[in-house]
Amino acid sequence: MSKIVDLSADALGWVDERLPVVKAFKTHMSEYYAPKNFNFWYYFGVLAMVALAIQIMSGIWLMMFYTPSIELAFDSIEYIMRDVPGGWFIRYMHEVGATFFFLVIYLHIFRALLYGSYQRPRELVWIMGMVIYIALMAEGFFGYVLPWGNMSFWAAKVIISLVGAVPYIGESLQIWVQGDFLISDSILHKFFAFHVMLVPLVIIVVVFVHLVALHQVGSNNPDGVDIKAKKDADGIPLDGIPFHPYYTVHDLVPMVIFMMLFFAAIFFFPDGWGFFLETPNFIEANILNTPEHITPAWYYTPFYAMLRGVTIDFFGVSAKFWGLVVMGAGMMILILLPWLDRSPVKSMRYKGMASKTMLLLFTFSALALGVLGVKPADWAPYWVTPLLTIVYFSYFVFMPIYTSLEKTKPVPDRVTMGAGH
Amino acid sequence: MAPLGFASSGVELKSVDFDIQDNDSLYRGAKLYVQNCLACHSGKYMRYERIGEDLELTEQEVRDNLMINTDKLLDTMKSFVSTEVTTEFFGVEPPDLTLHARYRGSDWIYSYLEGFYEDESRPMGYNNHVLPGVNMPFVMASLKETMSAEDYDNALVDLTNYMTYMAEPIRPYRERMGKWVLLFLFVILIPVWMLKNVYWKNIH
Repeated sequence: MSKIVDLSADALGWVDERLPVVKAFKTHMSEYYAPKNFNFWYYFGVLAMVALAIQIMSGIWLMMFYTPSIELAFDSIEYIMRDVPGGWFIRYMHEVGATFFFLVIYLHIFRALLYGSYQRPRELVWIMGMVIYIALMAEGFFGYVLPWGNMSFWAAKVIISLVGAVPYIGESLQIWVQGDFLISDSILHKFFAFHVMLVPLVIIVVVFVHLVALHQVGSNNPDGVDIKAKKDADGIPLDGIPFHPYYTVHDLVPMVIFMMLFFAAIFFFPDGWGFFLETPNFIEANILNTPEHITPAWYYTPFYAMLRGVTIDFFGVSAKFWGLVVMGAGMMILILLPWLDRSPVKSMRYKGMASKTMLLLFTFSALALGVLGVKPADWAPYWVTPLLTIVYFSYFVFMPIYTSLEKTKPVPDRVTMGAGH
Repeated sequence: MAPLGFASSGVELKSVDFDIQDNDSLYRGAKLYVQNCLACHSGKYMRYERIGEDLELTEQEVRDNLMINTDKLLDTMKSFVSTEVTTEFFGVEPPDLTLHARYRGSDWIYSYLEGFYEDESRPMGYNNHVLPGVNMPFVMASLKETMSAEDYDNALVDLTNYMTYMAEPIRPYRERMGKWVLLFLFVILIPVWMLKNVYWKNIH
């Protein structure tokens, strides 16, 4: 027995001399000190990693059986669903996985808004996170087109037509992007390349950078207290605990609960009542048959509502283009948060009424826009979408004002442990 | 041309109650499909062999009662009147129905099957509440005449059940399996929860 121990120690030593595995493990796991007061909202970072792993693994398997041509794409999906052993399971993992990925990412982003995780010194962590989010939106869209169902086709058509709304060069730009005069095999091949190679590469690299930047500055916490300010004699933060083993065992619990919800969806409602798999996608792409309501997947609907909400031409430029600008701004404006928030405190626990009210209104507007994006354009009076869009942007635009004017509560020196600990 | 492929809005659909685990019902539904629908409507992704395996039928049952126009078990359900003929006759190409129950929904399928009524103004003499102006003839008219109302309704439920199965043949299995998967995860959750508590006992 001891011989085996010695042998493995030697082997580790041999590797470690050449590659800093022990140092890396210490830096990022056993001697990475995380605040001990993480709560429910801190589960979603690790769950995002789980979701990413699921998408990559299931994606690789799908790629072994999927055929990216307009003649065969739809058939190859049914081939996976019926003739490939276990293919249905892999396909449902990937499809339900997309929904769970976005769900987790949205909760992860909300946590940052709640506890000011984007604030100094975590600006780069935040920017990398937003790059991942935007890459993920692109990834989801490209993937949505691949099955070549009727909704895939029309979603591609609608989104690519936005390129055509760019003033002056739109038309030729659209033809260049399409690689054809209409939505054809050319775009399917292009999207396949983006979906399985380009965007995943970007996501994996930026996720890595996101984590390295996080471990450089250390994690924020629900109190927004800097745990590095109070250290013991050995230089270890008094409120910090080693990530391994404390958070590794801690995070196993939400992982199992995540799996329970994830597999409940896969085994009992894989089409998510038309929200994960939309019914028009059960017929093949057909240019002569426009689905009654063209709606994107649920995770894009707030931005889709913004896009559709702009109905007036300004300065001789089409409403469609302005809609594109508003939609783009709606996604991009989040990047500016570290510089918009002038509050002396990080966490919502110690911010004033104005910040709390604005976050509440922002959350409400994003959810309400999400609902509007699912519904037909005439479902609500015409002014509702613009109004909600204004509320959405107010959160950001007025942030420098309300965060610097409001009265904040004093922040404790040390972190506080919530109930349940 | 009938607006085939468009979801019809504004029609109240009847909700259908079927049991996807009931192999007898699925088998009856499969036979009804072959006898009444397959002439024009293919099920181009559904293999005969798969039906036999899933519904626990003998090869002889599949060959005798389901395989009308082929003797190859691995064949998919091809319609036996050519689409050129049907397209010319009805003005539209009868759609492939493999995935139709997922495209329209099972309630829609049932309501549509149930929704035929006599209408002399239509070329086939029948119209449909769910899809007005549809060119499809009421192929089950003779069945409706010869069966009792209850038996006829049961037949429509069986047919809807089969079409739901055909749209996703893994569904009966995944629903049976899902319970065990969740039970397994629930059992795993207990030691995982205890492990976390052991480590965190002294963190205050």
